Amino acid sequence: MQRDRLRVIGFSALLGLAFLFLWQALTSVQPAGRGVPGPLAVGATAVQMLAHPFYNNGPNDKGIGLQLAASLGRLGVGWVVASVVAIMGGVALGLSPTLYRAVNPYVQVLKPISPLAWMPLFLYTIKDSSQSAILVIFMSSLWPTLANTAFGVATIKRDYLNVAAILQLSWWRRLVTVILPAAAPAIVAGLRISIGSAWVAIVAAEMLIGGTGIGYFVWNEWNNLALTSVIFAILAIGLIGVLLDAVLGRLSRRLAYTE
Amino acid sequence: MNGSETDTLLAEAAERAVELAVLGGRQGRRAFIERVGAATAGAVLASVFPMGAARVLAQDKPGPLEKRDLKIGFIPITCATPIIMAEPMGFYKKHGLNVQVLKASSWAMIRDISINGETDATHMLSPMPLAISLGVGSQSVPYVMPAVENINGQAITLHAKHKGVKTAAEMKGFKFGVPFDYSMHNFLLRYVLAEDGVDPDRDVQIRAVPPPEMVANLRAGNLDGYLAPDPFNQRAVFEEVGFIYMLSKDIWPGHPCCAFAAKREFVEKMPNTFKATLFAILDATQYARDRAHRKEIAAALAPRNFLNQPVEVLEQVLTGVFPDGLGNTRNVPDRIDFDPFPYHSMAVWILTQMKRWGYLKADVNYRKVAEEVFLAAGCREAMRTLGQKAPEGNAVKHTFALGKTRVFDPDKPEDYMKSFAIRRV
Repeated sequence: MQRDRLRVIGFSALLGLAFLFLWQALTSVQPAGRGVPGPLAVGATAVQMLAHPFYNNGPNDKGIGLQLAASLGRLGVGWVVASVVAIMGGVALGLSPTLYRAVNPYVQVLKPISPLAWMPLFLYTIKDSSQSAILVIFMSSLWPTLANTAFGVATIKRDYLNVAAILQLSWWRRLVTVILPAAAPAIVAGLRISIGSAWVAIVAAEMLIGGTGIGYFVWNEWNNLALTSVIFAILAIGLIGVLLDAVLGRLSRRLAYTE
Repeated sequence: MNGSETDTLLAEAAERAVELAVLGGRQGRRAFIERVGAATAGAVLASVFPMGAARVLAQDKPGPLEKRDLKIGFIPITCATPIIMAEPMGFYKKHGLNVQVLKASSWAMIRDISINGETDATHMLSPMPLAISLGVGSQSVPYVMPAVENINGQAITLHAKHKGVKTAAEMKGFKFGVPFDYSMHNFLLRYVLAEDGVDPDRDVQIRAVPPPEMVANLRAGNLDGYLAPDPFNQRAVFEEVGFIYMLSKDIWPGHPCCAFAAKREFVEKMPNTFKATLFAILDATQYARDRAHRKEIAAALAPRNFLNQPVEVLEQVLTGVFPDGLGNTRNVPDRIDFDPFPYHSMAVWILTQMKRWGYLKADVNYRKVAEEVFLAAGCREAMRTLGQKAPEGNAVKHTFALGKTRVFDPDKPEDYMKSFAIRRV
């Protein structure tokens, strides 16, 4: 087991190094200062940016740490609100097959809409660009949790519900002690998908609205064709995405149960 | 049109202010007017208080500022030079304002955050306040435009693979970018194409692309060219992906481009703040006009907080000494220039083009719209207060460097429009 793990890590590191080497070799062929930057140039930019992650030179120039924090803040608000709404809606849909069938066509129509398509409408109606961005996150994290919760609740073993009925539990106690714990693994799986798609959406939303955030940062550096910063930001976005997923992955492992 | 016309808005706002001051608030005013009738009230007031001299913008010092902390939106292009540089170079501070300049990602966005009130005043393309006031391509919100930012300063840039192209007639089938539908860029590009018999709606494709994204699109081959604000023309040369085909001053010398604009509501609710902001902008514009200051300005605009561009590129744009991408170094001192005066005739020309290309379907009183949005008289008075020279007339005949109908007479807009062979009406 231990040896197997070591072998995987070694192989993974080798792949990474090979990729970096290939990248550097390919970009070294270009004339200096032109074309796609190599890993060394990106590394230099990364060092520079990580040295002062929280500097603030005014509304249009902030450190990478502040940009990421702004994005995570937006993500947090949008995702938490969406999750609460989606779990409540999902429980209702899961408990009532009639309601589920009645609502399902609408959900199916709304689900495939790119959350960004809502942006002009939100801007027009809410009249606030940062709230619109949060609503975009809301829309992108609503559906996976809703669908998973509904599925999780609908497939709870009948026995559990029957026992709850025999014990004459109040609907609240039934919800808290039986339904939610039983559906928890499915709900958390939904939350995990949601936070991933929300993180994907936030970058695009921030490129549209401007202001502060990692998406805006990418856009601002793109204007200057500063590709080293863009590549570094892409890596940062990826790493944060992994972290978010890992947190929820850990949560889902704790909530898993065997019957 | 002549110089004696006033911008009714500012005059009215001033009279209201005087009435309020003399008669002790709205209650006093209403009681007084009820007693003697509006006409008599006006006459009585005029006798004790010279209205003309009281116009808000004619005062030497603005009254107490209604609001000190302002947000002003901008798009990162050299056209916005006075609006942006007024922050790092202290022109807003000089007039008692604490201004944050906020970078916006596209013209649609700058329109929406301005309409929503997230910014107090804003950088716009000069056709935008006209279009928004008319409710064309936007919800209808009354806007005013007290100052033009820059004149000239745009260019048609083509992809390097089109180096052989010598006339617009060879551009059939091209994909062009312009910053926004309601932009001088769109109207000038259409003008150039149509003069060479290329129908801009049928023979080429013109798309709205936010200026900062143009070079990347040109490089990717997504666009064959664009008529765009700088620094993105010069940046394309710098990146060796394109060349400058034509400067916009060779289409219409002295054409307006970007503008300083605000909701009419801002002027009415905060006349003093509005005036102080306009003063700061006019001061900055005057400073930018002097070619000796251009290098210093390029350095002030270059940081990430503002244009986020190499200083070298900005210097090439602002000084007018630049490589054109075809191997020549050109020296065109008025490549970009800064002149704030918003001639009504500029607005009328823009409206004729909006009609010509079908953006504006309804009949429109060119002159009235121009007077309501382009505050020529207000700008003149503010310029004079600052000791700057301002033109006498509110409208002039504009002469083009290119085209069959070279002279635009603002008194005959319909005739002018009908003189074009290619048009949508």
